[in-house]
Amino acid sequence: MGEFEVHRVRFFGLVPAGVRCLACQPRGGRLALARTDGAVEVYNFAANYFQEKVIPGHETRSVEALCWAAGDRLFGAGLSGDITEYDLALLCAARSVDGCGGPIWSMAANSSGTLLAIGCEDGSVKLFQVVPGGIQFERNLDRRKGRILCLSWHPSDTHIAAGSIDFLRVFDVCSGQTVQRIMVNYHVLKVRRECIVWSIAFLSNGTIVTSDSFGRVQFWDWQRGTLMESHTVSTSAVLSLAVSEEEDSIVVGTSTGATYQFQLLPVKMGSLEKRWVRTKPFQHHTHDVRAVAHSSTALISGGLDAQLVIRPLMEKVQKKGYDAALRKFTFPHRRLVSCARKARLLLFQFSQHLELWRLGSTDETGKDGEVLPLCRMPEHLVQLKSKGPEHIYCSCVSPCGSWIAYSTASRFHLYRVQYEGDGVSIKKVPKVPKLLLPAYQLQFSSDSGSLFVASARGSVHVLQLLEPGGCKHLHTFRPPSGSSEAVYLLASSADGHWLAAVGGDWAIHIYDMKCFKVGAGAGGMTPTSLPPWGAGCQWVQRIGPLPVSHCCIPRAGLGMGLWEEMGGGHRWPRLLPSACCPPALQHHSTVPMYNCAVTALAIHPITNNLVIAYSDQQLFEFSIPEKQYTAWSRMVQNCGLHRVWLERDSPITHITFNPKNPSHILLHDTYMFCVLDKSLPLPDNSALLMNQSTLKQLPETARQRQLHAFKICKKFQPLLYADLLDENCLVMVERPIMDIKTQLPLPIQQKKFGT
Amino acid sequence: TFFCFHSDIYFFNICLEDCLSSLWKHILHVSDAVDIFLWSDTFQLVSVKLTKAAGQDLEAKELSVVLDGVDASPKCIAFGREVYSLLGFFISVGCWLVGRFFLSNELYTKSGNNQFACIACHPTEDCIATGHADGKIRLWRNFYHKKDYTFSTLHWHHDTVMDLAFSMEGTSLLSGGVESVLVLWHNESNCQKDFLPRLGSAIEYISMSSDGTLCCTLHTDNRITIINSNLRFSKSIQGLIKSRDVKTGLVVDPRTKALVLNGEPGHLQFYCLQSDQQLFSLDIVQRQYIHQAGLNQADLVKVAFSAQGKWLATVEEREEVTDPELQLKLWLYDEETQSFKLNTRINMPHEDHITDMCFREMDELEDDSLILVTAGRDCVFKVWVMVEDTDPEGSVSWSCDFVGSYHNYQATNCCFSEDGSLLAVSFEETVTVWDSITWDLKCTFCHPPGKIRNICFGRLTCSKYLIGATDYGFLCCWNLLSCALEWSAHLNVLVLQPDPLSEHIAAVSWLSKESSLFVFKPNEPRPIYIQRNLCKEKIQLAAFVPRDEPETIVSEKYHWLRRSQLFFLTDTQELMTLSTKSLEERLTPSSKQLAVEESLPVTPFSLLLGKHRRQQSHEDIDLGKQVHNKHKQDSPAVKELLHTPAHVLPSASFLCPIFINSLLISKENKSAEEVADEVEMESEKTEDDSDEERGVTEMEQEDTSAMELLGEMTRKLSKSQEKELRKIRKMDYSWISAF
Repeated sequence: MGEFEVHRVRFFGLVPAGVRCLACQPRGGRLALARTDGAVEVYNFAANYFQEKVIPGHETRSVEALCWAAGDRLFGAGLSGDITEYDLALLCAARSVDGCGGPIWSMAANSSGTLLAIGCEDGSVKLFQVVPGGIQFERNLDRRKGRILCLSWHPSDTHIAAGSIDFLRVFDVCSGQTVQRIMVNYHVLKVRRECIVWSIAFLSNGTIVTSDSFGRVQFWDWQRGTLMESHTVSTSAVLSLAVSEEEDSIVVGTSTGATYQFQLLPVKMGSLEKRWVRTKPFQHHTHDVRAVAHSSTALISGGLDAQLVIRPLMEKVQKKGYDAALRKFTFPHRRLVSCARKARLLLFQFSQHLELWRLGSTDETGKDGEVLPLCRMPEHLVQLKSKGPEHIYCSCVSPCGSWIAYSTASRFHLYRVQYEGDGVSIKKVPKVPKLLLPAYQLQFSSDSGSLFVASARGSVHVLQLLEPGGCKHLHTFRPPSGSSEAVYLLASSADGHWLAAVGGDWAIHIYDMKCFKVGAGAGGMTPTSLPPWGAGCQWVQRIGPLPVSHCCIPRAGLGMGLWEEMGGGHRWPRLLPSACCPPALQHHSTVPMYNCAVTALAIHPITNNLVIAYSDQQLFEFSIPEKQYTAWSRMVQNCGLHRVWLERDSPITHITFNPKNPSHILLHDTYMFCVLDKSLPLPDNSALLMNQSTLKQLPETARQRQLHAFKICKKFQPLLYADLLDENCLVMVERPIMDIKTQLPLPIQQKKFGT
Repeated sequence: TFFCFHSDIYFFNICLEDCLSSLWKHILHVSDAVDIFLWSDTFQLVSVKLTKAAGQDLEAKELSVVLDGVDASPKCIAFGREVYSLLGFFISVGCWLVGRFFLSNELYTKSGNNQFACIACHPTEDCIATGHADGKIRLWRNFYHKKDYTFSTLHWHHDTVMDLAFSMEGTSLLSGGVESVLVLWHNESNCQKDFLPRLGSAIEYISMSSDGTLCCTLHTDNRITIINSNLRFSKSIQGLIKSRDVKTGLVVDPRTKALVLNGEPGHLQFYCLQSDQQLFSLDIVQRQYIHQAGLNQADLVKVAFSAQGKWLATVEEREEVTDPELQLKLWLYDEETQSFKLNTRINMPHEDHITDMCFREMDELEDDSLILVTAGRDCVFKVWVMVEDTDPEGSVSWSCDFVGSYHNYQATNCCFSEDGSLLAVSFEETVTVWDSITWDLKCTFCHPPGKIRNICFGRLTCSKYLIGATDYGFLCCWNLLSCALEWSAHLNVLVLQPDPLSEHIAAVSWLSKESSLFVFKPNEPRPIYIQRNLCKEKIQLAAFVPRDEPETIVSEKYHWLRRSQLFFLTDTQELMTLSTKSLEERLTPSSKQLAVEESLPVTPFSLLLGKHRRQQSHEDIDLGKQVHNKHKQDSPAVKELLHTPAHVLPSASFLCPIFINSLLISKENKSAEEVADEVEMESEKTEDDSDEERGVTEMEQEDTSAMELLGEMTRKLSKSQEKELRKIRKMDYSWISAF
């Protein structure tokens, strides 16, 4: 009999949306990605390509182009005709400006990031100035017929090249006139066919690179209007093109799913003559590669098969390590599945609906590796559709299975689920407190008595769940020093004592909930912006008959200051004596800062140690009661983790514990599930990390010597979620790539040799 | 074996290692200046500096090792645009690609994830092309930087890329492989390529001429194809086709006296020995051949001719582990089309592999007595006879008449006696003799231990003997009249071949890594001729080819070669023969067109090559061997003779003695020659000659020169002169080495 009984779940029918466009932050370490459903994601290069921020999509907001401007401001434009600026702290669309030119196909920022050019359906190219707090229309460039599909600024910002159908144009930015028009059409046996310039790049030496629907990558001299080089890379369209910052390398993506690299290479050693040579081909995608990006160390491509592929350039990578690994991201680095352990339910989050499933069960036992027959099939209980065009930010089911909560950009929903025999009834909880939305993460306490809502500016709301179906706002935790970033991960302890929250600034705050409960129940609260006078623990309460908008405890702890809403927009400051204040002890401690993103964290149910996984694959254990790293964590840092462990390319997305074996930590990423046994020695680099299969063949005595802390299982791939239901029962949620592929439209037919 | 273009003239660089001293394995690259890169035995790349000595001679003085540990194949090294700037090579075991720059003297190594198969360097740019075992071609660039090397991939071949060649300008690249398609890649683009398909067999080497107008490919079946630069087939040079495996044995076509053996896959080649040309190729299998490694395809395994060459029987099989697919086909010679026409096809004639097949050879009898016997591993032998078809045209077809077996042993060999009355079939350890009219088992012979490997009947006066060879190394001769063992000898016989025109039987043995030839008559246990150390290779097959007219052989020792000539095929598919004559006498003037020696430009390389040849010749004389390639530039008279056509000369036998008499000077030289072994072995000669074709033409020239000198002497021979002539015939022609 095996160690665990595993529920291998394959009924989560998630189909991630295809990648529509990519934008590398100039001179920055971030990559913005837009999906076909309008979602925008930000990946951080420094944090090991961790998916740092996700702005869920919107039905009416398609994104055709993304660009970074003015440093770290991100703009998107799409077929709705609007230019949207994204708020990366609040993770939402901040403001939109109508482009007034019909659907926008392309957008590009100039090298200094002060001007945005958009290419519209009506053939116009418009310039917008990036100003603090928004963008301003500046002027139109020379307008001709034919939609502008792609745009590129000359690095000196004096000219713009625009690709259209059958021709490309070069504009002078100062005069706004078309200074060159080049036909790129294609003749086959005197039949002229439409040639679409899909992508364009303007190099500093005056060369324009285009990729077109005939599979050609062409190099033009813009001043003479002549073709310099033409490379036919594919029989189908070349959809995307990106140039490195040094302009010595180009990556192109084709509709067959292949990407190619072009390199500017000297013809002979030491000679000045250089030529563009098609070099490495890569076939990582099965469908159109709609977007490519060229970072300083990697070729990045995104396709309609929803994969983001990061192919490092070995020659640019300084040391072999996690930078040198080929990464393929298909699934978000977030939890889309939540599990009701006691009720054995799984809640799946889709972009616009939720599904609640009951796990199947078996009454048989078997040997290791044996498939047990089910006596009850898994059951689809409820499908909850979110109303409106907004996509779901986060969702959660309570451990008892009787509460479901989810949030969209503007609404927060809480449902009470009741089980009557085989039937399920679901009732919306009325009058949920008006919180500052959206919620970025939801977490029920282990006794299902309260709900933690991760919110903007580092705050975490605590809602108390009331029988038979109600809730009230209990409290709001805020980091003592304030924060502008949203909280994206939560962890609560099993005894309900501690709560850990991680914000976008990667600081981990631990709040004490026992102390808080003394002063609980003061009334409804409305979190608002920062108080006018600085630091201190802050929350907002309704005191007396007047609505309160701000309150703050001065550092000295004298009492509490607050604004009283007097009506008519007037506010009145008032200071309350300290006796009236709830105790200022909720913030327990902050885990020492580590310069990498937190990908998962969990609090041990027995020892109350906080286990943290970072995106550089480091693991830490922080003792909450002692406010310091544990001895084991220090030992791990001293010895270092195994090289193979550190070179893994996908982050740990979930951590859980086995109450039967307090020394065990269960963690997983997309490609493996690991039981980390703290009682065993750490492996050194010479040992085999993934040694489970070899261990099986060894005799008992030899096995004892070979044992090390990491017990890794790669049987379940790709793994979206793994959790422990009870002491010896695991649930593994897989989403086989092939199942996703069957949901996608057919790829381009290609003749394969031998078939 | 490799070749290259030099100026407009091609020459073959076959087995240079024998021509040059053994240290230098191959000449790899001859630069325009005075440097030669050679490949040594110890896998070293050696550069030789040539310095000009007095006159036309060049001396090789400075030897320097350029590289160590290079693979022994010429495909794994290539030279770049300037010999001293770039050199690409790989070591196939470790999958390393190494580019070396002579200027900086730095070494860059890169590992590829796929096994290299061949390499070529761009003539003008710093670009190395490598062919891989997975069919991909990679073009490496920028390799002089430690990390920034990069490559692009071209992929069309489905199997190993056997060779690559750049065009002279480097704008296009030629590649070839097992698909027997020459691929021309333009501008290093995967999308622009042209093909020259149906080149017959896998392409082994590709070479471009220095002016870029011609390219030629060497194929695995021993053929050279010359191709125009616009990828149009121009010419093919072909002799004996090398097939993957000669399963049919060496068979002589009674009609044309051509050697018949496996040719192209599924084809039977008819090879004319006199003209060194393929007469024709008969498609037996008649199925599309798929060029793919590891594919089991039907191939020809047995072939037999009837006595007059009217009938041809072939067996083809497809090698399947579980059940072999067999077909027996009978072909009738069609006088109108001058070709064989399929008459009968028999599917699965035996349940298992057919081990042997023979016709009853009865010259005087009519067609209806023609019998075919097949022996199979399914423990039976079958007798096939012709039956008249029922249709009004009265055509014939073949059907099985009798099935014989013996104690459920596998039938391994079968053979008819000369008069066709007896059939001997060997069943593992036993030889059974059957009456061919009643099909009664007459008697059995056995010589334990060991299974019978070969059997044959004696001929003419010795027709009462049956000869058998066992795999325990015994050669036995049984008397059919007394049914007793006449004699036996301990000899590991691989090949047992009776001469159809005489009593002689040739046996080739394999002992301690060398093949030896024994010729004997069955009626006497003592061999009449022994040639030890015939060659180092294993001789697999032999055949007696009847001569058009009997030779006049003086020596008693070689009397057995009078009516037929013996040919051997080794396991490396080299065809050899025994001859008492020098090669030039057998060759027709048609091969004269290959006489290129005179028009070769004088290059440092040719001078060096000539010098080494001469040295080699002298060494060979010291060893008592015969050497026929000589240089006669120093004799103006002989040189002049070379230009006179042979047909204006009187017969050689007429002219020879007088001419020789006039030339023989030294007494001791003559005696030394008489001591020398008179038998001239072609096998030895091919080893001696670095270049067979050229060797041939030289010898021919010598011959004509010898006659030319006496062109005006027309008087009749006196008796004494005739005597003289006979004396001279005994000698060999090594005296010409004096030139």
